Amino acid sequence: MVYFLCFIIFSIGLYCILVKRNLIKIIIGLIIIEYSVNLVFILFGYRFAGRAPILAAGQTIKNMVDPLPQALVLTAIVIGLATTALLIAIAMRIYDRYKTFDITEIRRLKG
Amino acid sequence: MIGLYLILLFMIAASYIAVQIKDLLSSVVAVGAAGLALSVAFLILKAPDLAITQLAVEIVCLVILIKATVKRDTVSTKDMRGFITTIVSLIFIGTFLFFAYLALKELPKFGEPLMRVAQNYIQTGQAKTGASNLVSSVILDFRAYDTLGEATVLFTAVIGVLAVLRRIGRKKKDEVIKEND
Repeated sequence: MVYFLCFIIFSIGLYCILVKRNLIKIIIGLIIIEYSVNLVFILFGYRFAGRAPILAAGQTIKNMVDPLPQALVLTAIVIGLATTALLIAIAMRIYDRYKTFDITEIRRLKG
Repeated sequence: MIGLYLILLFMIAASYIAVQIKDLLSSVVAVGAAGLALSVAFLILKAPDLAITQLAVEIVCLVILIKATVKRDTVSTKDMRGFITTIVSLIFIGTFLFFAYLALKELPKFGEPLMRVAQNYIQTGQAKTGASNLVSSVILDFRAYDTLGEATVLFTAVIGVLAVLRRIGRKKKDEVIKEND
């Protein structure tokens, strides 16, 4: 059930990418998809009554949530920021040339 | 666990508003709300490192998006594509959700992860690496090459942003360049 809510967020982002004509809207759809994928990885690693994966001094009971997806998602969040910044830079450059964000009007290859 | 469901429903609502609203600046603010809710969800799911990182990244991302949208045409009147494209997209998304539902039955249940690899990390991580935070012991010791690749991708993206956004070097001979933003 929790997983399915994540897939609903994913499909909202997918709908945004497929249907919208505005470049910024398409980038926003990509960001939403990235959120849902990160969240579903963390949900896979969750354990009921688990603790955060940080050891206290002399702790012996080790009922922790899975630290491996957390490490991978920590990498993925930062890479997501970098790719989003690159996409927005390209979108701003397109706007400077064509004076619009509408992808159906950006047809002509200029200069 | 009721808090997690509430946060997820809030994220769905914020994403839907971000997709459907006409004004671009409001859309950016709505996606920022979804990202901050994601940070709270990480905190509920016992991932404090991720919550901090998501908070910082979300604020930077919001600043970049606002920089991109402000002073440009923020309202787009014809926002949708044609009717047939919309119908085909909805059919495709419905098919995707159906097969996702079938695939989700095969996964381990929520709250009971397998942890074949991670059990080893949890048991011996502190003795092997000396870090009491197991997430940092994974990203900096067990899987350090992943982090090296991440840094490579990050700096490549920064070089790409600088190469796309710079103005010097692409002007023609008698062109006067006006810095407007």
